[in-house]
Amino acid sequence: MSVHLPQRPAPDPVRRADLRRALRAFLPADALLEQEEELRPYECDGLSAYRQLPLLVVLPRTVDEVRRILRLCAEREVPVVARGAGTGLSGGALPLADGIVLSLARFNRILSIDPVNRTAWVQPGVRNLAISEAAAVHGLYYAPDPSSQIACTIGGNVAENSGGVHCLKYGLTVHNVLAVRLITMDGELVQLGGEGLDAPGYDLLALFIGSEGMLGVVTEVCVRLLPKPERAQVVLAAYDDVEKAGAAVGEIIAAGIIPAGLEMMDGPAIQAAEAFVHAGYPTDAAAILLCEVDGTNQEVSEHIARVRELLLASGATEVRTARDEAERLRFWQGRKAAFPAVGRLSPDYYCMDGTIPRRKLPEVLRRTAELSAEYGLPVANVFHAGDGNMHPLILYNANNPGELERTEELGGKILELCVEVGGTITGEHGVGIEKIRQMCVQFSPEELHQFNAVKRAFDPKELLNPGKGVPTPRRCSEYRQLPQHRHEH
Amino acid sequence: MSNDDSERLQYAVCAAIAAKRPLAIRGGGSKAFLGRAPQGEPLDVAGHSGIVNYQPKELVLTARGGTTLEEIESALAEAGQMLPFEPPRFGPGATLGGTIACGLSGPARPYLGAARDLVLGTRVLTGRGEILRFGGEVMKNVAGYDVSRLMTGAYGTLGVLLELSLKVLPAPAATRTLSQERDPAQAIELMNRWAGRPLPVTATCYDGERLYVRLSGAEKGVAQAAAEIGGEPLAGAESFWREKIREQGHGFFAGNTPLWRLSVPQAAPPLALPGKQLIEWGGAQRWLRSDAPADAIREVVTRAGGHASLFRGGDRSGEVFHPLPAVLMTLHRRLKQAFDPDGLLNPGRLYADL
Ligand SMILES: Cc1cc2nc3c(=O)[nH]c(=O)nc-3n(C[C@H](O)[C@H](O)[C@H](O)COP(=O)(O)OP(=O)(O)OC[C@H]3O[C@@H](n4cnc5c(N)ncnc54)[C@H](O)[C@@H]3O)c2cc1C
Repeated sequence: MSVHLPQRPAPDPVRRADLRRALRAFLPADALLEQEEELRPYECDGLSAYRQLPLLVVLPRTVDEVRRILRLCAEREVPVVARGAGTGLSGGALPLADGIVLSLARFNRILSIDPVNRTAWVQPGVRNLAISEAAAVHGLYYAPDPSSQIACTIGGNVAENSGGVHCLKYGLTVHNVLAVRLITMDGELVQLGGEGLDAPGYDLLALFIGSEGMLGVVTEVCVRLLPKPERAQVVLAAYDDVEKAGAAVGEIIAAGIIPAGLEMMDGPAIQAAEAFVHAGYPTDAAAILLCEVDGTNQEVSEHIARVRELLLASGATEVRTARDEAERLRFWQGRKAAFPAVGRLSPDYYCMDGTIPRRKLPEVLRRTAELSAEYGLPVANVFHAGDGNMHPLILYNANNPGELERTEELGGKILELCVEVGGTITGEHGVGIEKIRQMCVQFSPEELHQFNAVKRAFDPKELLNPGKGVPTPRRCSEYRQLPQHRHEH
Repeated sequence: MSNDDSERLQYAVCAAIAAKRPLAIRGGGSKAFLGRAPQGEPLDVAGHSGIVNYQPKELVLTARGGTTLEEIESALAEAGQMLPFEPPRFGPGATLGGTIACGLSGPARPYLGAARDLVLGTRVLTGRGEILRFGGEVMKNVAGYDVSRLMTGAYGTLGVLLELSLKVLPAPAATRTLSQERDPAQAIELMNRWAGRPLPVTATCYDGERLYVRLSGAEKGVAQAAAEIGGEPLAGAESFWREKIREQGHGFFAGNTPLWRLSVPQAAPPLALPGKQLIEWGGAQRWLRSDAPADAIREVVTRAGGHASLFRGGDRSGEVFHPLPAVLMTLHRRLKQAFDPDGLLNPGRLYADL
């Protein structure tokens, strides 16, 4: 499995001791972790099949400390991996053996909320949900709501351009962040974007969002807050056939309705979620759709009626509107807990994240099922159906020799299938270390070269999260030589 | 009209690289007045045109850079859809490539998103003469850096936009525009108060006397919001937003006094500057007609937390866009270098140094 890990030089104990001394010169004792048992909690992120101890972990409290840490590491050419809550699913925050982990956990303050401009400045270690909680007194909230929102940080969200179940209508992180302040690897403080709706020059804010901690370390974020809808209502529709559910999604959109959320789960995912949180899902269904509409009272009434009609006409075996707020939340709880719920079915699960043009859904589901049978590994499907972002969950047992490798191979095949039908290998979880090989399938050598040139514009010595996100051309040529992975462009 | 001219364009860029000859990329020529003066031999991209893929149910449209907005918007209208960012055309020949390169958005911008928010993918011809594809035709895509959005508003200085995929939206079932008499401070306050409530507002504008607000969405939702907001219904609202505001046909925009675009936080109080102002985008975009010196204007706008660009007229030999802090300018130069090492694509159009 080490095939995926970035190749790093072995850590040098002398350099480590030197670095430690230099950091101790300006960091308080509790801001530096060095004992193995202290480093253990940082050895992996949500992609826990990969583990690596870092040289050291630093937990700065001030922007000035971050700046000095980065300057020092740049001088000594020590790689740096920024870390938020470590919920990432692609190994983005996986430490490097010869580098340090820079945790932003102590940057956990909401600095200001401006209810009139509907913006908030927050530190990167603030949890996603904490922003909406703090803004609630003003009737406002932060729209992107990843299922991990109780734990994940806004800094991590910026790095991954995270989405959530409501991003069909309200957009991803890139649509809801107005500005970031960051420190480059040379220790320069830069602000991208601003409190207005645009900034002069290149749109570096858009370039930075989703850059997986490879271009700079975020120290402050200005988010856009939205008014809470007057009313939200969700409809659950059950189907005896996944294809019908997929077609219904297109029908709703063709009718001119953009639901706030439009999610789909297949049989295995429904059963797992139901057993876990008792959301009231029909466990005999082959698929369910959850369709939420929000807005003003009248608008919601009008759209819900129309959605119900469309779902019934699309061949749903049952269409249920949540009776009250409690039931609405329960319907969503089942969806939001789908990963851990599926996780209970099997010792390990592996979550994929391809996005496809929605019309290809039936084909991709069918071929995924074929691959699942071929590899003898069960797959449960959860997806953001409205925007074609799929999360096939592969169930496996890492203790069975060779099973992790087969799981990864199956996962890779599913991602390559997504590319083949005109989609992408990652909709919201990022490339990290996990999908680095599939980057060679999705992009040509020239495109990868261009990405690397962008990286060097920000980080000329390539010290921030090196080996993640974008493969080197050499690694790709090795991968492409495997006969089944010829690049088609 | 559909024609793939990418081979010729690639050849022309490679020839320019060999001869170290700068190129001035030209679509319909409708936005030649924007930015700093074009320099270099014209590279005509209008012939590279046509809608490549349009799937209404996917809410995605892909077209070549030279396709006119006219063609795109009529195809969308046939399917009951629209470009949510309502791009201004500023001339009959306006192309999609030019529109995205300039990153311009119209009245709906604060409510439905900007050009950059709706760009999903691009095929670009870089200053290395390579044709590269970034992003794609799907709504969510985080593979690699978001180069497509970087291209938006880069004024062609990083690459020739050969093909663009955009997210489109259904046109609203109902639309209504209301207006009321207000002073500037009240207008800004109201725009922000409405935006802080879950109302289907899709455009706002204050012309110095009256505050205009457009509501769009489901029939009943619009009626409910209209009752809450109040004001007089506006006759000819569609042409008001399109011709007068988006295309700048309003009397405010007539004449030769320099036109400045001020981008500020939405609730910034009225800006004390000599000349008259027209406020849009919930307060975030303010147009200024003024002969005041650039430095004086920029100082006031910077203090308000925004930036100022000389949109039309005036002295276009200096910087027309807001000067950048040194660290940021360094990043700009390095990125320019990364995409166009010889500095041949639209040199100096955005900043003298790029
Ligand atoms: C159960 C579960 C459900 C999930 N559901 C979703 C979902 O619905 N949608 C979704 O998009 N994702 C989801 N995720 C993935 C994950 O939660 C997101 O990617 C999240 O944004 C990661 O945030 P984090 O704070 O945990 O970041 P980390 O995992 O700590 O780091 C992620 C990346 O960000 C970088 N980084 C972190 N902080 C900074 C900083 N301050 N400056 C620069 N770089 C930084 C790291 O280097 C790393 O590359 C889910 C994960 C789990 C475990």
